[in-house]
Amino acid sequence: MTDKRIDGRKPDELRKIEARVGVLEKADGSAFFRLGNTMAIAGVYGPRKVFPRHDEEAERAVLRTKYNMAPFSTETRSRPGTNRRSTEISLVIREALTPVIFLNEFPKTAIDLHIEVLQADASTRCVAINAASLALADAGVPMRDLIVSCSAGKIGGKLVLDIAGKEDTEGELDLPIAYYPKKKEITLLQMDGLTNKKEVKEIISLAIKGCEQIYKKQQEALRDKYKLEEVPEIKTKE
Amino acid sequence: MSDEFVMEEKEEESKKEAVPETVPEEAPKRRLVIPGDLLGSGIAGHGAYEENGKVYSKFIGLAEEKNSLFFVIPLSGIYNPKRGDGVIGKIEEISFSKWIVDINSPYQAVLPLNEAVDEFIDLTKTDLTRYFDYGDIIFAEISTVTKTKNVQLSMKNRKCRKLRGGRLIKVTPAKVPRIIGKAGSMVEMIKELTGTQIVVGQNGIVWVKGENEGIATEAILLIEQRSHVHGLTDQIKEILEKKLSHTGKPKDNIENKEVI
Amino acid sequence: MISIDTELIKEIVGTGKRIDNRGFDEYREIKIEPNIISSAEGSARVKLGNTEVVAGIKMEISEPYPDTPKEGTMMVTTEFVPLASPEFEPGPPDENSVEAARVVDRAIRESKAIAFEKLCIKEGEKSWTVCIDIDVLNDDGNLIDASGIAAITALLNTKMPDLDENEKPIYSKKGSKSLPIKEIPVSTTFVKIGDKIMADPSLSEKEAMDARLTVGTVKKGDNIVLCSMQKGGSVGFTEEEIYQIIEQAEKKGEELRAKIKKALV
Repeated sequence: MTDKRIDGRKPDELRKIEARVGVLEKADGSAFFRLGNTMAIAGVYGPRKVFPRHDEEAERAVLRTKYNMAPFSTETRSRPGTNRRSTEISLVIREALTPVIFLNEFPKTAIDLHIEVLQADASTRCVAINAASLALADAGVPMRDLIVSCSAGKIGGKLVLDIAGKEDTEGELDLPIAYYPKKKEITLLQMDGLTNKKEVKEIISLAIKGCEQIYKKQQEALRDKYKLEEVPEIKTKE
Repeated sequence: MSDEFVMEEKEEESKKEAVPETVPEEAPKRRLVIPGDLLGSGIAGHGAYEENGKVYSKFIGLAEEKNSLFFVIPLSGIYNPKRGDGVIGKIEEISFSKWIVDINSPYQAVLPLNEAVDEFIDLTKTDLTRYFDYGDIIFAEISTVTKTKNVQLSMKNRKCRKLRGGRLIKVTPAKVPRIIGKAGSMVEMIKELTGTQIVVGQNGIVWVKGENEGIATEAILLIEQRSHVHGLTDQIKEILEKKLSHTGKPKDNIENKEVI
Repeated sequence: MISIDTELIKEIVGTGKRIDNRGFDEYREIKIEPNIISSAEGSARVKLGNTEVVAGIKMEISEPYPDTPKEGTMMVTTEFVPLASPEFEPGPPDENSVEAARVVDRAIRESKAIAFEKLCIKEGEKSWTVCIDIDVLNDDGNLIDASGIAAITALLNTKMPDLDENEKPIYSKKGSKSLPIKEIPVSTTFVKIGDKIMADPSLSEKEAMDARLTVGTVKKGDNIVLCSMQKGGSVGFTEEEIYQIIEQAEKKGEELRAKIKKALV
């Protein structure tokens, strides 16, 4: 049995990462993130007034999160609109990001986060969270740190990092996490599959290592936004 | 003649550089930081937070330090109302004895009658729209912000007034200090060269009026884009001088970025 | 919303106690009653402290999924009915209800408790769908664990409907064959308040919690195997805390499994 995976990666190798900040014109903050063939765009509006008013909280901002998969993102078209899976994922994403946001600085407002998965090749919630962290920072939402997300799992008895599509359906275990690097805390943890307590420690450690690598790319993407190679000219029409 | 509240502006120094895990001995006074970046050991000022004696950035922005006080000027973000700020707002609602003003913030502001008008007014006989009507643009001072973010305005400061005509530009509130410049140097330069009146609100709204409104607007938007660049004042001056001398008659071709 | 209770609970927990005087690793009293709904193919009522849920199993015939033509399917739905709590509103399931259903589903599905390969009626055309519906009757916290216990207990006493001469299921009387169940998965939920971890959060503990972790376990031979995990709450866990919870989950899972088996005797 060879050491290479279906897509030729080593067991502890991430797919190719792409991260760009400030990709949407109307949103207050936005980012594009890509892990291999999984891509998502996150857009943030706010902090802004809350509608409906009963969502408002007197002492802090509410973070409202909507994760959505575009109908063309999967091989078989997915019906537009919410479903139970996207409801659950929206919830866990919100809970993953909340620990780093200074919500108390904007009472009675809403921070609206929308994440659109454009292409799904497994680990969509991880890519969504990575994009969302960047979008929040881009919007000028005060944060303690970025949240980074990655999955690890088991295929053919072997532990692997960053599960890709084909591996997901034929794999035995999928464990996505979200990580708060400064505090070394896990803010999202889910698991599907069979394992024991000794092995799960290795899987979680592997996922954390993946997160640490992705974190560096997120930081680069934020700094890149303000790197000016060429000073832009404003053109006046003659 | 200065028409706006001027904020203290520090010398521009920085260029982008990678932020190391620990703050180097000779870090330049201002550098680009992102949320979570370590600024140093000391006290957290605006835009920074402290944990176990170390100070970290809350924003993508420019970090500065003064006697172990670290703060960060964010490069993006909405306006969070602060007492003492001069802001430009639009009258949204007129109530019995007050006006509700949109100050480009998730928090609405209230301008009570007694803070706007000096003379005695008989409310049963007077229509408040005589003073400020729906849609009027005013320059006012924030007199109070409560803990629950109720904002109150006052027009008592002599710089406060209704702004008639001209055009409004919306910019990122964090960029306002750059638009004003050190001791007003940037905005004064634009006013002089373009012959316009300019009022800059801390809330990210700028009012421009004059024959070369368009060119002044272009300049302001350019400052917003390049706010983190070194030597910006001279760059803008050069661009303005070129535009104004070009074909003898300055062209005014920019569309209003945001008319409120 | 933070209420006075929440602050009080945090204080009490800080002194090393729980508001109802339970040990940190102690579950509330559990009552399990199988087979209480005659209109369902299988059922169970579970009381966990004051939390009360009823699970009913209905078996329906439908088309198998194209990629598993020889297998049956399952679905889990939870209803947080308005009579169970002043917080529950009528209408479509909210995120908590959806999460609970999916977590219960995960443990059952990943543990391979149901022998789906035995639920095929006609390959590619007809198979059994196991519909697990859980009604919450009273919410005093830890709906996930109560629902999980009710679901697996109900599955364990489910009889598959006999088919009439037209191959339609006969629902009017109990079938003769038991639903083939291979494992007894159990979800166990723990919360963290401050730096203390406790099992089986009551409602007020859930409202005061910083974070929550549900771990699903199943016994395969002599080994305890983890089959599902779900973290909730707006504060993070350290790795240590997670491993601590997993240790406790293994123990508690076994205890609950024993109670379920006893109730079915």
